[in-house]
Amino acid sequence: MTSSPAKTTSTVDLGPVDQIPVGEGRVFMVGRIPVAIFRDRDDNLFATQSLCPHKGGPLADGITGDGQLQCPLHSFKFELTTGNPIGNDCKSLKTYAVDVNGENNIEITIERPRRNVT
Amino acid sequence: MPETQRLVVVGNGMAGARFVEEILAKSGPEKFAVSMFGDEPQGNYNRILLSGVLSGTHDSKDIYINPLDWYERNGITLFAGVKAIGIDRQSKSVYASGGHLMPYDKLVLATGSLPFMPPISGLYTDDGALAPGVFAFRTLDDCTQMINHAANVRRAVVIGGGLLGLEAARGLMNRGLEVHVVHLAKHLMENQLDAESGGLLKETLEEMGVTFHLEKLTQRVTTGVTGDNHVNGVEFNDGTKLDCEMVVVSAGIRPNVDMAKLSGLNTRRGILVNDDLSCRNDPNIYAIGECIEHRSVTYGLVAPAWEQATILAGRLTMTDPHVRYEGSRTSTKLKVMGVELAVAGNVHADDERDEVVTYVEPSRGVYKKLIVRDGHITGAILLGDGTTAPRLLQAFDRDEQLPKDRAELLFPIMTESLADDIATLPDETQICNCNGVTKGAIVEAVNAGNRSYKSVSDATRAGSGCGSCKSQVEAVLEFAADGLIAEDPSAHYYVPSIPMGKTELIEAIKSQGLKSVSAVFNTLAGGREDPVSKIGLASLLKTIWDDEYDDERDARFINDRVHANIQKDGTFSVVPRIFGGITTPAELRRIADVAEKYNAGMVKITGGQRIDLLGIPKENLPHVWKELGMPSGHAYTKAFRTCKTCVGTDFCRFGLGDSTQLGIDIEKRFQGVEMPHKVKMAVSGCPRNCAEATVKDVGVIAIEGGKWEIYVGGAAGASVRKGDVLAVVDSPSEAIKVMGRFLQYYRENAKYLERTYGFVERIGIEPIRKLLMDETNAEPARLDEAMQSTVASYVDPWLEGLNPIHESQFLTKPVTSATVKKS
Repeated sequence: MTSSPAKTTSTVDLGPVDQIPVGEGRVFMVGRIPVAIFRDRDDNLFATQSLCPHKGGPLADGITGDGQLQCPLHSFKFELTTGNPIGNDCKSLKTYAVDVNGENNIEITIERPRRNVT
Repeated sequence: MPETQRLVVVGNGMAGARFVEEILAKSGPEKFAVSMFGDEPQGNYNRILLSGVLSGTHDSKDIYINPLDWYERNGITLFAGVKAIGIDRQSKSVYASGGHLMPYDKLVLATGSLPFMPPISGLYTDDGALAPGVFAFRTLDDCTQMINHAANVRRAVVIGGGLLGLEAARGLMNRGLEVHVVHLAKHLMENQLDAESGGLLKETLEEMGVTFHLEKLTQRVTTGVTGDNHVNGVEFNDGTKLDCEMVVVSAGIRPNVDMAKLSGLNTRRGILVNDDLSCRNDPNIYAIGECIEHRSVTYGLVAPAWEQATILAGRLTMTDPHVRYEGSRTSTKLKVMGVELAVAGNVHADDERDEVVTYVEPSRGVYKKLIVRDGHITGAILLGDGTTAPRLLQAFDRDEQLPKDRAELLFPIMTESLADDIATLPDETQICNCNGVTKGAIVEAVNAGNRSYKSVSDATRAGSGCGSCKSQVEAVLEFAADGLIAEDPSAHYYVPSIPMGKTELIEAIKSQGLKSVSAVFNTLAGGREDPVSKIGLASLLKTIWDDEYDDERDARFINDRVHANIQKDGTFSVVPRIFGGITTPAELRRIADVAEKYNAGMVKITGGQRIDLLGIPKENLPHVWKELGMPSGHAYTKAFRTCKTCVGTDFCRFGLGDSTQLGIDIEKRFQGVEMPHKVKMAVSGCPRNCAEATVKDVGVIAIEGGKWEIYVGGAAGASVRKGDVLAVVDSPSEAIKVMGRFLQYYRENAKYLERTYGFVERIGIEPIRKLLMDETNAEPARLDEAMQSTVASYVDPWLEGLNPIHESQFLTKPVTSATVKKS
């Protein structure tokens, strides 16, 4: 549970889960990081980097199901939880811990390098 | 039956091993504890490729289907090199050499066949082994010994001019030997060929350097009296002799029934089996492959053996408990010494109703023969030119009604000629031009074990772009797999995750009232929501239910969620509908204003006579639509797209029919109608055909006399095809009705992503014409009505710009106020 000394973890509330239509994905800015967040038909959430490592396709516009995500540009597939490529040799997607909190809001946890803030 | 059953398989050849593969695929390892006995010391290899090993085109290690570690990985106990000797049916166990005793609950015999050794004196030494220099050609071991021996000799005699004998002859010729083939019958391969094709084959092979001795009976193999007693010649019944240092006997095969006979099972030529493949007098013992005799027939080809393996596995695993084996229609496609040959059924006309069609071209060694009875093939030979073989054999296997023009089955259509050239292409030739996949890469994937189009495509991405190379990818697969292509049942599924063809799936959806994509997944796919299947299902459900369809937007591709075509940078293109390509100065001015205001990155006149505004961000789509004040042009979806027109009668001095008005009417009627793939149309006002209507999915041409020709199945994109004339009608309204009827038939029967050109070719224009144009049937009226109901439920999707179905429908990033809770 403890973060490494070089990193800091923040949990961010991104507002109501209903901003994402059921089964689809949308991009949310977490600080300056764009994150694609997907909502499945059982209201589970998944979060990945927003652009496809293949040719920069907007992953939030992809099609999902069975824990998989298919990029809208060239149909490359990835696993939503691990970000691992399926049937292609792209780099894995960066994934983030995300959940629905008690107020039915999207809550995402991201790690970033600790900086010395003065 | 929860506990594990002991399943013992005797025989580890092409039938036995395939059977065990099927058992594993159908039941997983829990249900059966599988043990196998194989005479030969290796895993399972492809016996068909032995001739390749002999001729040096294949390395022996490349012909394995299942190497030894496959058995281990799958928990199969393999006794390799252990000969099963007999069955104690009382105690239900198999005993084998080395003192093995293996009890079974179910026993499967797949003992295959043995080479037939004709009564020739001198074949054997006194201790019963083949004389030095004499070989049978059946196993990998035989093959290795032949290769070793061939290295040191000059001349070989092959006894037997059947398929295997000719393959042996080719192998030995490749190894530099002078080869003589001795054959008892009047012509070569008399089981497969008629006299004329047999004669032609002989001439072709003679040109390659083989010497034939027909109608000769070999009486004696002579051996040297000194030294190692090697073979030094053969003697025939007519008193002639031939010197040689090697003799290969390939005089046919006989079912291997020794063990079955010894164990008291009923045998005749083969082990007698019932339609459930159980032995006549022991219901716990089954037999498959070349060792069986079923309904008085024995088989010597791999396809029936595999069919039996699948059926028996279905029965024993209870996944298909009532399936019966009812015999196989045998057909085969092979190469005899590099000469292509396809043979099906009975090649001799023996009924006066038989219609015989032949084509002979002696200089090229080409012979084609069809025997047709009541419009169906009963037998066929294609020698020297196998380009139409896949189509012809399919027509035979499925017992299809033949086209009236029999020549269609004997001569290649364009795509087949292409496929035929594949074998000679160098490895670096690019086959899939979308993904840059070479022939070599596909061959490599096939050698790595991918034996179906789908698995080759998944492994290499070949064919996964525009799909127009599919037939070439299949041709490479066929070339590289050397006849070992796995039938991929999912090729016939409408979507990959539900094991049903389109008709069956529609039936299930209708009978169970499944109105949403998630309902289909829940009911028919065990709740597994396959992303690849979603879009196809959405399209199908819309076609089935029209406005009753429960439209879950996540099942749509992004283009259909926002009604615009996604571009490489994530922006969209906007193509408003310009009915029939007729616009006005005011409309053009408005389009120009919108393009400027919303900073369209490019403004392009499309091939479909419309204007495309590119580079529009998703957020701006509703504004662009509203300010254009024009309806959607559906340039982004699998639906009717556009109808190209020529100038027509108003101005053109040649115009015969008002093509622009008909184009406008067509667009008004069919706009937004979902299809299995995009549908492009055109109307030309005269036979000069300026609108190129003959290469559209559906095209209309006005001809003299106030008539209109309707073409279907044309293409001029990834594939090029001239459409077929579906009908000639008397009026524009009649044309629209017939076009709608065809489109509805296409919607209901085409596979997802099957363009009309593939569809029309697959079904055939004649059956389509018969069904759609004979109004004494109920079908035309039903199709007309179904299309009418779809047309009536049409709503312009761009109206959602004013009234989004979800607040973030057109938002990439919802506007949020993020709050950092903890850090």
